[in-house]
Amino acid sequence: MRKMIEGSMAVAEAVGLCRPDVISAYPITPQTHIVEELSQMVADGVIDAEYVRVESEHSAASVCLGAVAAGSRAYSATTSQGLLLMAEVLYNIAGMRLPLVITGVNRAVSAPLSIWNDHQDTLALRDTGWLQLYAENSQEVLDMHIQAYKISEDDRVLLPVMVCMDGFILTHTYETVDVPSPEEVDAFLPPYDPLYRLDPSDPYTLGAYAGPEMYQEVRYEIQRDALASKEVVKEVARDFQAAFGRWFGDVIESYRAEDADLVFVAMGSVVGTLKDWVDAQREKGEKVGLLKLRCFRPFPVEEVREALSKAKRVVVLEKAVAVGGHGIVTPEVQAALYGQAKTPPVTCAIAGLGGRDVTIETIDEIKQRAESGESEFFAGLRTELLEAS
Amino acid sequence: MTAAAKKERRKPPLGIVTRPGSSLRNKTGPWGIMRPVFDCEKCTGCNTCESICPEGCIRHLEKKVYEADTEFCKGCGMCAEACPSDAITMAEERR
Repeated sequence: MRKMIEGSMAVAEAVGLCRPDVISAYPITPQTHIVEELSQMVADGVIDAEYVRVESEHSAASVCLGAVAAGSRAYSATTSQGLLLMAEVLYNIAGMRLPLVITGVNRAVSAPLSIWNDHQDTLALRDTGWLQLYAENSQEVLDMHIQAYKISEDDRVLLPVMVCMDGFILTHTYETVDVPSPEEVDAFLPPYDPLYRLDPSDPYTLGAYAGPEMYQEVRYEIQRDALASKEVVKEVARDFQAAFGRWFGDVIESYRAEDADLVFVAMGSVVGTLKDWVDAQREKGEKVGLLKLRCFRPFPVEEVREALSKAKRVVVLEKAVAVGGHGIVTPEVQAALYGQAKTPPVTCAIAGLGGRDVTIETIDEIKQRAESGESEFFAGLRTELLEAS
Repeated sequence: MTAAAKKERRKPPLGIVTRPGSSLRNKTGPWGIMRPVFDCEKCTGCNTCESICPEGCIRHLEKKVYEADTEFCKGCGMCAEACPSDAITMAEERR
């Protein structure tokens, strides 16, 4: 059914359709409407779940850990500081190989305090063992949650999935979305059938001590399965397309990049702006294109390499900075291209931090600076604010 | 789930302990460098050592006779500290 709803509500609808047994969240800043709407749905009896309101995001993640360990399908959502507070538990969830989906609503991290969008929160957690998917618009983020449970619970994966969506730009914006029926989702996503769960009659221990003789092998298996999960992400995207008729790409989406000289790489909602920009440039005869990264973990090395194989210049537009290093997405793209016969120059353009709008003009500026040979810069910087140096 | 259905699925990943009782199989005694030595002359049989041992490895053999199971005793010395009769001393373990 087509509905005109806020991005947060679209996520709540999607999660409800996935029939979670347990939802746990911390309700105060930095929270979004997602869990507010879910708590209403539970209170109204629309979904049959246990809603556990806790005193922190660390506890919310811990409740989800326990719920999945006991064999339930669980859900939580958070953002920025709350996501960082979850960090310790997120490593444990992945290490215990528990399938779980949380929404990582992308917002800037403090200090200074900001409630606005960028990607510094979820990208800081890229090494936790969670798969990370980034959505472009409300429909994609709705569909992505349904896909995420299927990916996460697959025996070949057994790793949690973080669905990342841009705070405000998606969560607080109204878009028309097609909400599938419960029957359609039930047919696509079977009930969670845990490979193992805490059960007194068939005991298991999760997350126990592993000495030097074993720890490395456990990490190796997580890395092996995370890398291999790329094929499951693709498979689920194809199955979803067959069932629902919608396609937003699998691990990547290449947009008019096949014959492009200059290819932008980006993820999240800025991809929509970039598509408009690419269309406008193409009208003027400029051979530009776009590579949307839909899956950041695992990083789709071969697909990125293939998609950029003909590019003469690559520009990564990213909403994060690894302070003291570079961008966060750019080095991954560079690593994917490293050692190829013809490696194009890769420019790192950092933009849109803390909710700064990335406009068509910003993208024009980035193109111009990249073509003039700048390799790494902050775009749209208000130099008049900076201390004279 | 039936055993047959389970068989078709993957093995649980490493790190998931599928057999109970591993704490009994993992001998932690070799971690220790000190061992409690019990002086039966001073011992009053009060059971403080047995109840305070974090490893649960002290056994009460008879009225004033206790023994630490060296396969599990880590030599932490809590029993010696707690003994009201100073009947336990920690001695260096020689292997």
